[in-house]
Amino acid sequence: MTTSALRDLVTRHPGQLDKQPFLEVVDLRVHFPTDDGLVKSVDGLSFALDRGRTLGIVGESGSGKSVTSLAIMGLHTRPASEQTRPGAQLNGEIYLEGEELLAKSPEYVRSLRGKKMAMIFQDPLSAMNPYYTVGHQIIEAYRIHNPVNKKVARKHAIDMLGRVGIPEPSRRIEAYPHQFSGGMRQRAMIAMALSCDPHLLIADEPTTALDVTVQAQILDLIRDLQSEFNSSVVLITHDLGVVAEIADDVLVMYAGRAVEYGSADQLFNRPAHPYTWGLLGSVPRFEGSRGERLLAIKGTPPSLIHVPSGCPFHPRCTYAARNGGLSEEVRPELTPVEPGHTVACHLSQIEREQIWEHEIAPKL
Amino acid sequence: MTAPTDEPAASGTEQDSNLVIVEGLVKHFPIRAGILRRQVGAVQAVDGVDFAVKRGETFSIVGESGCGKSTTARLLTRLLEPTGGKITFQKRDITHLKDGQLRPLRRDMQMIFQDPYSSLNPRHTVGKIVGAPFRLQGVTPPGGIKKAVQDLLSAVGLNPEHYNRYPHEFSGGQRQRIGIARTLALRPRLIVADEPVSALDVSIQAQVINLLEDLQEEFDLTYVIIAHDLSVVRYVSDRVAVMYLGKIVELADAEALYGAPMHPYTVALMSAVPVPDTRRRQERERILLSGDVPSPISPPPACRFHTRCWKAQEICRTEEPPLVELLPRHYVACHFPENYPQGAESER
Repeated sequence: MTTSALRDLVTRHPGQLDKQPFLEVVDLRVHFPTDDGLVKSVDGLSFALDRGRTLGIVGESGSGKSVTSLAIMGLHTRPASEQTRPGAQLNGEIYLEGEELLAKSPEYVRSLRGKKMAMIFQDPLSAMNPYYTVGHQIIEAYRIHNPVNKKVARKHAIDMLGRVGIPEPSRRIEAYPHQFSGGMRQRAMIAMALSCDPHLLIADEPTTALDVTVQAQILDLIRDLQSEFNSSVVLITHDLGVVAEIADDVLVMYAGRAVEYGSADQLFNRPAHPYTWGLLGSVPRFEGSRGERLLAIKGTPPSLIHVPSGCPFHPRCTYAARNGGLSEEVRPELTPVEPGHTVACHLSQIEREQIWEHEIAPKL
Repeated sequence: MTAPTDEPAASGTEQDSNLVIVEGLVKHFPIRAGILRRQVGAVQAVDGVDFAVKRGETFSIVGESGCGKSTTARLLTRLLEPTGGKITFQKRDITHLKDGQLRPLRRDMQMIFQDPYSSLNPRHTVGKIVGAPFRLQGVTPPGGIKKAVQDLLSAVGLNPEHYNRYPHEFSGGQRQRIGIARTLALRPRLIVADEPVSALDVSIQAQVINLLEDLQEEFDLTYVIIAHDLSVVRYVSDRVAVMYLGKIVELADAEALYGAPMHPYTVALMSAVPVPDTRRRQERERILLSGDVPSPISPPPACRFHTRCWKAQEICRTEEPPLVELLPRHYVACHFPENYPQGAESER
């Protein structure tokens, strides 16, 4: 399939079809050669994101969501020329504000990191240097991209810490990461990531390590800062609750591919892929009562070395038998089911709607 | 605080149905400093906890990190020595039993751990891991250990032919099943599960939750489940205790607790849980707690929640609210409970 055809499959919002999206990933492949074989972490992923919107990428461990974000940030180690140290093999295209990044030199991509795009990691303790104060690390990041003296940078760092809700920022700027609590560290990392007003913010499981009450604070913070800076956010998570809370659009990944893409409203109210149904059915609900059974997905996520043929979800799919072996043989492409909503599944639209309405929705 | 007030444990008629009774349980971890390693303070991980677990029920303890829920689990199974209080298991005081005296007890009381990677010995086969309880207790099950292990493996949904495989050959969910098979080996009465599903992916989490439910029926088990995920707890529990900084702040039937939480902390905790439903994004009223949980080394005086509570008054800073039965079977430790009939506050 040609790139242009693939690009047509990428979903855009109605009325913006001719506009270049802010971030566009086209047929991204990230493979890791290992002794056991080629690990296909991401295998043909395409999506687009507009300025000022939040995209939630959901999937289980090993679905390729973090690998995708590292690829956008240019953080994968490329294979060394003499094949001594195997790195990642990257193919495809990543456009940020119309500029293709994968073909650019690591030095150039590095100059964009922090300024144009920034990342928040899951574990703030390991993402910060324990040897330097929090303030030092924010000041350093700011001064790399802005020709200002230390005094100005320090003032900016204090300002940022205050904005993310750290009490007494002018005093806490001298603190070391270990002197902060988990929630405070995550705030400090957000302050660092936002210090240069990046246009794109990638948050990889930003609240997974935090308690629910702190998680609510951090999600609120990300939402507020996003509207203030009009930045685009890619939020990577396994928690459908977090996605429903904050995302405008949702991309569901399975075995390194997108299986469904749509607005949060479409995904949660009219999900079209059997895997998405499984995920929604697996989540214990607040309204659910004791003794009700969860609609678990059978089996386990596949190996990324021996990805199942055809639709990678077919061994775990209850409905794979319905189309006479098609799921085992042919890999389904993302096809539109309604404007802005695409799904990669061989079930016909009528079958899908009937299953959702009669079999899945009543049990959720 | 050691004397239990009008606790569920104390009511005489229910005594027989209680498998575990915990009264005024305390665990302080000393902090030592200086050359002489003098004690300079203590982490008050669990500070006066009372509850009772009935036979056949699932009793859950929820709370945020540092609230003492895991320490409580380890005290219950006597992996830790309590600083104070009393634990009664099957009508026997087990508070200060020595290691040798504890071993027979472990037949009736087992634990499931959070991390399925570190809780299985990587050098042992599945057969050896699941069969270990038989060997340690000197029990020979009818039909031999191997057959018993294979039966256990199929009971938890694993292939009995995997008897000779090693833990690294299994996924996280399967490993958790191996751990569960091991706890079931000696047919215990009580299983204490510390975050049994939080390390697993959502789809696998649902499988393990369903499995725990099935096993409870099949093996007539009593569960004490420690978890931070309120939705999971709602699914599996009969009764739920909410802990904050080493104390139980609310204890009630799951239905009542989730339907009409009374302690402000429980209310805030529940409102903070993200719900996978976009339609609720607008209608939900969220209570954002400010700040972090205070340090358990020097917890706030009186009501420990007063520093973050939006209803706190002068009395909350000076007088500790006891855990009392405000509604039938609904215990709350708060001066100004939510969802409580008007005017009732002045009675107290």
